[in-house]
Amino acid sequence: MMRIDELLATIRPLHREDLERWVQEAWVSALDEGGTLHFSDMECARVRLICTLRYDWEVEEESVPIILSLLDQLYETRRELNALAAAVARQSSEVREAILRAMQTRDDPAGD
Amino acid sequence: MKDPYETLGVSRTASAKEIRAAYRKLAKENHPDLHPGDKAAESRFKEISAAYAILGDEEMRRRYDAGEIDATGAERPQQHEFYRTYADADSPFHTQEGFASAEDLEEFLAQAFGGFRGARGTRRRTEFRARGADLSYSLQVSFLEAANGATKTVTLPDGKTLNVTIPEGTEDRQTLRLKGQGGPGFGGGPPGDAYIEVHVQPHAFFERKDNNVHVTVPVTLKEAVLGAKIEVPTVRGVVSMTIPKNSNTGDTLRLRGQGIKDRRSGQMGHQYVKLKVVLPEGEEPELARFLESWTPKDQRNPRREMLR
Repeated sequence: MMRIDELLATIRPLHREDLERWVQEAWVSALDEGGTLHFSDMECARVRLICTLRYDWEVEEESVPIILSLLDQLYETRRELNALAAAVARQSSEVREAILRAMQTRDDPAGD
Repeated sequence: MKDPYETLGVSRTASAKEIRAAYRKLAKENHPDLHPGDKAAESRFKEISAAYAILGDEEMRRRYDAGEIDATGAERPQQHEFYRTYADADSPFHTQEGFASAEDLEEFLAQAFGGFRGARGTRRRTEFRARGADLSYSLQVSFLEAANGATKTVTLPDGKTLNVTIPEGTEDRQTLRLKGQGGPGFGGGPPGDAYIEVHVQPHAFFERKDNNVHVTVPVTLKEAVLGAKIEVPTVRGVVSMTIPKNSNTGDTLRLRGQGIKDRRSGQMGHQYVKLKVVLPEGEEPELARFLESWTPKDQRNPRREMLR
């Protein structure tokens, strides 16, 4: 966990009003403890990513939520895929091999 | 540590703007959070960031160019984890038995998705079947080959030969496309195309303007004064042409349809023949005697315009 002032000190180009707005728009989530915002390690990493998009690559403010939404969907899909793969891995070797065989002979959606 | 110029793919004389553009392009292509399935993205991204930390800063770049610091001089190791580390790990199943590490999971997915998934995730799949590269060559042809059309044989660097048809009326610097004659495709993809830029060599006396041919033809004093039927060269061979009486240097006659075929409309251009009166070489006593006693009808000074 990091307090908002600690986080601001580690990311030089980040302004407090920007970060507070991002929290308000739910681009990042923060815990409010006694009027001070606190950020988890994961949320700090997310703030750094938004700073890269916004300040380094000059992505316009209104485009950021589109990127974040796509990224959230990507990571959600990856988590589901991981969970599915982990479930497959817990099966017997016959079941695992049958699934792999079925995957390899599936119809290619791209048609190639 | 690699040369930062090499890392960003820019020349040593690149402007600050070019460096920034190159950095942004590479950073976007390699940001680990945007490529969660690509293990190597992180080291590539760090290398790109370190290169930009030097070249993106005027003073650092000057010091690097002057040899005061080396390529590691500005390396700021990334202290924090990328977002993907948490976003990917945030799964109740992540530490369950079956996969000891993320590599094992990638290995399983690689098997499940038919071996196309590699270090760069599903991207490899599209790269696996790819059209071959387009290749560019240049070809020298003579003026007459371009005007009349020709077939040329080009030997490629790999020893392969290509027959290139130069269409009638080909212009200088015109590019011909040979479909499917470029680099071979990958994984069953189609080959690329060959692009041949034609360089037309100048001719000793023909000159092309649009689809017309211009040529200067010497005529004798007698032919000019009395008129004559003479033979003149065209791009398609010799034709005869009538010189009218009292012709002069600079007079231009048109040979209709004796120019170059327009490659789009198929219409023929013309040939313009400019006359140049030449006197016989050596002494001509008869001519000299005649001129001594000759009073021209036109007595004006031909230089009168220049002397005003």
